[in-house]
Amino acid sequence: MTGHEDLPAAARTRRLEERLIAAGLATDEEIDAFLTRLYANASPVNGALMVARAWTDPGYRELLLADGNAAAGAAGFALAPPEDGGYQLQVVANSAQVHNVIVCTLCSCYPVSLLGPSPGWYKSFAYRSRTVREPRAVLAEFGVALPDSVAISVWDSTSEARYMVLPSRPAGTEALGAEELATLITRNGLIGTALV
Amino acid sequence: MSYPAGSLVRVRAGDPDHHTRVPGYVRGHTGEVVAVLGRWALPDDRARGITPPRVETCYAVRFSAADLWGSGDHTVTVDLWESYLDRP
Repeated sequence: MTGHEDLPAAARTRRLEERLIAAGLATDEEIDAFLTRLYANASPVNGALMVARAWTDPGYRELLLADGNAAAGAAGFALAPPEDGGYQLQVVANSAQVHNVIVCTLCSCYPVSLLGPSPGWYKSFAYRSRTVREPRAVLAEFGVALPDSVAISVWDSTSEARYMVLPSRPAGTEALGAEELATLITRNGLIGTALV
Repeated sequence: MSYPAGSLVRVRAGDPDHHTRVPGYVRGHTGEVVAVLGRWALPDDRARGITPPRVETCYAVRFSAADLWGSGDHTVTVDLWESYLDRP
């Protein structure tokens, strides 16, 4: 198995870090502390718990769609606002009429603390360039076959806003509570490359 | 100049010689503001070390795929700062 440090991208990243350090813009310790903060407790379980709560609590669903940061805070996942180096969470809801999918064509932004580290394909040139151009074909490759009657709404994350999809609650889950529902929700569902 | 939700806006077509957050594929295209997101520092200024950076309203602007690419039935929504936009 190849270690992460052997990848060309890791070498490029290290060279960039060295330039930042040489320019006096950051120290090794600051970079390490930032990455530790970024990934500490970051997991798609967090986003899944918020979605499951929205499925079972209409008031929470309303808050989630109106003020994502407040909804994250209410679920115990406080998010710093953009002014403090964080992000503004924008949640977009799937329905029988619309399927949402998230991409970042400029880099690979997404709400890391609620979705966990982004998958490799999310950072790939193929996903980033094709999703804005032919999302129906991309989704089909993920196994999401949508009828033509469902409109596709692509969100290109180019700002301090970070997007998360609120999937539709699957049929046949009426008897399940929020805790069980949360186990059904995947990271891909929160990006929009899966139905749930 | 501010653009309430529902406004039509045109993305400036220029290709600046510095960092920007305007994806090439929306330059010169007209879209509709679907959300006013917040007032945040302009990345173009931050990347150039301009202090203080301009702080501007950022909008979620929706474009039709047919307009962007000539085909497709989907929409693409892109977040754009105020100085990236003009009235169409």
